[in-house]
Amino acid sequence: MTEYVQIAETVTPLQGAIHRLEAQFAGAVRRDDREGFSGVIVDSGRLVEVATFARDTLGFSYLSSATAVDYLGKAEGDPLEMVYHTYNLQGGPALVLKARTPRSEATLPSLVGVWPGANFQEREAWDLMGIRFEGHPNLTRILMWEGFNGHPLRKDWHEAYYEEDTKPFDSRWPEGRVSRAEEHNPYGRNVKYPADFALDGYESLAEKALYDAAPMGVHVTDMATDRVVVSMGPQHPSTHGVFRMIATLDGETIVGLEPVMGYLHRNHDKIGERNTFLHNMPFTDRLDYFCSMSNNHGYALAVEQLMALGKRYEPPTYRAEAIRVLMVELTRILNHLVAIGFLLNDLGAYFTPLMYAIIERELILDFFEATSGSRMMCNYMRFGGVAYDLPQRIEGTAALVNDRVRDFDTMHYLRDLINDRLPRAIDQTNDLLTTNEIITNRCIGVGVLTREDAIACSAAGPVLRASGVPYDVRRAEPYSIYPDLEFDVAVRYHGDIYDRYLIRLDEMRQSIRILKQILPILEETKGQPFFAGRGGQYNPRIPAGEAYGRAENPKGELGYYVVSDGGQNPWRYHVRAPSFINLTALEQMCKGHKVADVVAILGSIDIVLGEVDR
Amino acid sequence: MTHSNEDFFRELHHPDVPVPEGVQSAVAVTSFGKLIDSIYNWGRRNSIWPMSFGLACCAIEMIATASSRFDQARFGMEVLRASPRQADLMIVSGTVTKKMVVPIVRLYNQMSEPKYVLAMGACAIGGGPFKEGYNVVSGIDKYIPVDVYVPGCPPTPQALLHGLIMMQKKIDGQSLSNRNSMPWYGRAPSEEVPMPVLGPDIIDPRQAYLLRREAAATETAADEAEVST
Repeated sequence: MTEYVQIAETVTPLQGAIHRLEAQFAGAVRRDDREGFSGVIVDSGRLVEVATFARDTLGFSYLSSATAVDYLGKAEGDPLEMVYHTYNLQGGPALVLKARTPRSEATLPSLVGVWPGANFQEREAWDLMGIRFEGHPNLTRILMWEGFNGHPLRKDWHEAYYEEDTKPFDSRWPEGRVSRAEEHNPYGRNVKYPADFALDGYESLAEKALYDAAPMGVHVTDMATDRVVVSMGPQHPSTHGVFRMIATLDGETIVGLEPVMGYLHRNHDKIGERNTFLHNMPFTDRLDYFCSMSNNHGYALAVEQLMALGKRYEPPTYRAEAIRVLMVELTRILNHLVAIGFLLNDLGAYFTPLMYAIIERELILDFFEATSGSRMMCNYMRFGGVAYDLPQRIEGTAALVNDRVRDFDTMHYLRDLINDRLPRAIDQTNDLLTTNEIITNRCIGVGVLTREDAIACSAAGPVLRASGVPYDVRRAEPYSIYPDLEFDVAVRYHGDIYDRYLIRLDEMRQSIRILKQILPILEETKGQPFFAGRGGQYNPRIPAGEAYGRAENPKGELGYYVVSDGGQNPWRYHVRAPSFINLTALEQMCKGHKVADVVAILGSIDIVLGEVDR
Repeated sequence: MTHSNEDFFRELHHPDVPVPEGVQSAVAVTSFGKLIDSIYNWGRRNSIWPMSFGLACCAIEMIATASSRFDQARFGMEVLRASPRQADLMIVSGTVTKKMVVPIVRLYNQMSEPKYVLAMGACAIGGGPFKEGYNVVSGIDKYIPVDVYVPGCPPTPQALLHGLIMMQKKIDGQSLSNRNSMPWYGRAPSEEVPMPVLGPDIIDPRQAYLLRREAAATETAADEAEVST
């Protein structure tokens, strides 16, 4: 195990950066001195200047997350606060920039010019918080539809089924009688209309706004092709769920592409603020529903960071962390196999490669089911450990006709899986697909994302690393027991679909390498505690403060920005979803290619809609 | 197949007509209508084409059900069609949001009859864990009729298979002589479900009268307030 040596009286690069910011922008930058908070609060008038300085001079070139918090009743003047987490690609902690604006006329300068990756995130902040961004190229609603009433994440906005601010709701059992929200709603449904709404003569803006933005009509210029606007999705077999694109075509070539999302916007953020901290754990399962284990891990990290009062988070118990890493790396293999299967689906090899992937997925899910009780939605991690130890045996729960009776020793099963079965599956995928002529023809040189664009658009995970940026949160800002483990950060340099495919193979091989190191740790630590808190007490008191927990998920950097006011529920709970932000670069990758390539490019980004829309 | 030959004949057989014992598994005396029903239903129940249409987490378990381990093909349901025109079963697999319910209703209207709907998972049944969300429809049955509900979050592939078998049972029970059970042979085309509209919140045209009533109520309240001041 690595020993960390504390060197006294040194200035960390982050402190140095903050000193320089303060010196450069005296008066416009002040430290956030609230207990448990970090970063600097920037005068909104000079935000663009400060951001440009941080990016160019201080080297914080990567904007990880931009989100808004409503401090209604928590700070003077009830401001809305925009929080930007920026990182140096050499590694290290975040420089957090914050800007405040009054809630009545909420306006801030847009940072799209500095970090194009802020584009969708600012649109989200406008949609859900109602902050207007001056200079934003297309400030329209992104998750809800045009014409929706209000900005739902504001604290004074209440949903149709509103009962109380925080759970558990007392209102559900008034006088010992169960009461359901729909009984109090005049429509008996989850709807609410503004008081002055008149139905007659109402025209919906939702679709109109989309097509108004696309340059519709026939433009016959030098070539005899028509410009056509095509809506793809939300029901389309190749959009991986309910994703939709408004593509403007010149002939068959893409000249413009506008992603439309929100068809699976399930209000994680708003529900998360009503829930207690622990309540949110099962909700994180449903974000990226292929990788419930890794989602759990990111959220546990964020809350553990809050519990440690913002100090460097320490692994709760070594066994718990080893189990967590085991789960997360198995999830990564599962996800990448399925992602490759879906990519091939999009390239025309309908369902067969996916079938191969699902065989391995089922084996991993058997283990998850035996450990956590559920195949997909594991809800397995807790603040300070995991919910259960690994089981002794993996036993059959399904008595299906074509299913053999399952009864294996867990460690034997894992050894078999990790040393033999999964490497073979990866090699098989490689043998069958990598040199396939159709794949090479359709993937090499298509959908290129350059290194600079990848960084500017805040791409994360395999998409970033396939463009030649060796940035992996497991190495850049190590968490869990990753510092003790040996593995390489996979990187490829062409940034096309083919590299994004290859890097997934590379990452799976690295995951196997990690898993092989985990197996002996699991043997050694057998019998040690897997939960650091007091027995069975999963809902600890969370001190006030903020935390940004980030984990390297299979799809990219998953971040949870959690603000606590010291109560039982998070004051703000925001998910920085890698799939969502990776889509920022989609239009850029697709322009100039044919319609059929869009499908393949989208497949190579590997999105999952539960996470895109949250 | 859930039916053995013998079961099949026993169900068809008219109870009042005696058949000698040795041939009961091979002979059935039945009415013409019942025979036609059973052939018609047998054909439909064994070649249900679901629409390949995934909404959320449940869609992944739906794909798992279609893959080799659970093998939906055993029930004649492996042909997932992307076009609603070619599909006769809509598996609503996941959370239905207000934004998504508009396309879902449109897809449902586009499906040709006979058509069935299976609500898969807690969200499609009643909103599930996301029920209180401002963009969530608490149950697809608020908009389109549902034939089979499969609970779970997400339901395991076994549960979905069970739901599909229940769907087959439901089809078995339908009769050509009963217009209510097969409305698609009625005199006029079946009525379409009215399309919801995305307004300040989702508007169901069937609830327009409620909306007008509420608006009138607020107006009177405002008038009264004005008079009193």
